[in-house]
Amino acid sequence: MDKKRRDFLKIAGVSTLAGLGGTAVVDRLVSGTSPVQSEAAKHADNAQGGHDSHQEEAKSGNRYGMVIDLREFKKDPALGDKVVEVCNHTHNVPDFPKKKDEIKWVWLTGYENAFTEHSQNYKDQGTLDNEVLVMCNHCDNPPCVRACPTRATFKNADGIVAMDYHRCIGCRFCMAACPYGMRSFNWRDPRFALDMNKINKEFPTRMRGVVEKCNFCAERVGLGKQPACVEVCGSSKAIVFGNLNDPKSEIRKVLKENYTIQRKPSLGTHPSVFYIV
Amino acid sequence: MYDSGKILTGLAIFVLFVTFPIWYNHGDAGAVPKVEKAANNATQCVRPVDEMRSEHMQLLNEWRDDVLRTGDRSFAVEVDGKKYQKSLMNTCMKCHTSKKKFCDECHDYASVSPYCWDCHVAPEDMN
Repeated sequence: MDKKRRDFLKIAGVSTLAGLGGTAVVDRLVSGTSPVQSEAAKHADNAQGGHDSHQEEAKSGNRYGMVIDLREFKKDPALGDKVVEVCNHTHNVPDFPKKKDEIKWVWLTGYENAFTEHSQNYKDQGTLDNEVLVMCNHCDNPPCVRACPTRATFKNADGIVAMDYHRCIGCRFCMAACPYGMRSFNWRDPRFALDMNKINKEFPTRMRGVVEKCNFCAERVGLGKQPACVEVCGSSKAIVFGNLNDPKSEIRKVLKENYTIQRKPSLGTHPSVFYIV
Repeated sequence: MYDSGKILTGLAIFVLFVTFPIWYNHGDAGAVPKVEKAANNATQCVRPVDEMRSEHMQLLNEWRDDVLRTGDRSFAVEVDGKKYQKSLMNTCMKCHTSKKKFCDECHDYASVSPYCWDCHVAPEDMN
């Protein structure tokens, strides 16, 4: 077969044009209709609106949230430890002595660790001396849920970021994705560090190789009870729990009357845990 | 065929070896374990006995998904007018108080090892 250079160049030119033009047409047809792109655009809009944009949207359904009044924890320094202890017992959280094996659902940490985005300059002594109660923020836009390849962690209908340990494969992507470091990995069988005679008999333990975290007491809230940490605070109202989407709820009243802050608001995760400092 | 004697003998030995469990037990699968009766003299389970025997694993999976993923923690299971929660630890094991006698006997017989008890606490494990 004899191909002239002239013919070859013609064919090459035409097919290049067809290729370029073709992709342009396809792009035009697809743009705006792809669910991935429109979802991404929505997120971008949310992020631009800052951390308050979600409050303006009228949302139906439940979104549970929490207000932690650090002033009450200052007044009663033993309260923080009491809260941690009651949570650990309620959810059979093991107590490993080695720091690398630690499992934590709720714990106390310094102000500078909890509120890294807020100014640390010349803080008053009361803030520096008292530790902050931290737990999973049950974000409205949770990065851990997006990272999970098996949907073991997901946002349920109540706005609680829940874990389904049956599905967790222990890849720890969620731990990397959580900007607050609120998740723990079971490096060892948690039953080694649990006194099986003293556990909560109504709640399972976990197994080696799964990630765990605070579940906002979904198992109690589902039965109409308050979370264990809220209950232990009693009448002090150090922690208020309720539905953020209900304008008449107690938590909305507290939020309206007090200046509250969230952890790392600039990330656009919209935490459901608020702090009165 | 070359070496047919050796090959056929080898094949025969192989077949005998592979079917060892069958002829060793004379084709008998052993006595079917007797499942323990419920501890509180309950006469009815959440489903008919036959259905529970063959399909309890599907039911448990359904319950798990209802409770954990749908968040339906209502006391929706009704037996003899009493309402129960969809729960392995808090419903099933309240009547069937021994994991060893109620679960393990059959599971061992059927040679299955479900991972329920890696996390869920068997009645024997707590006092």
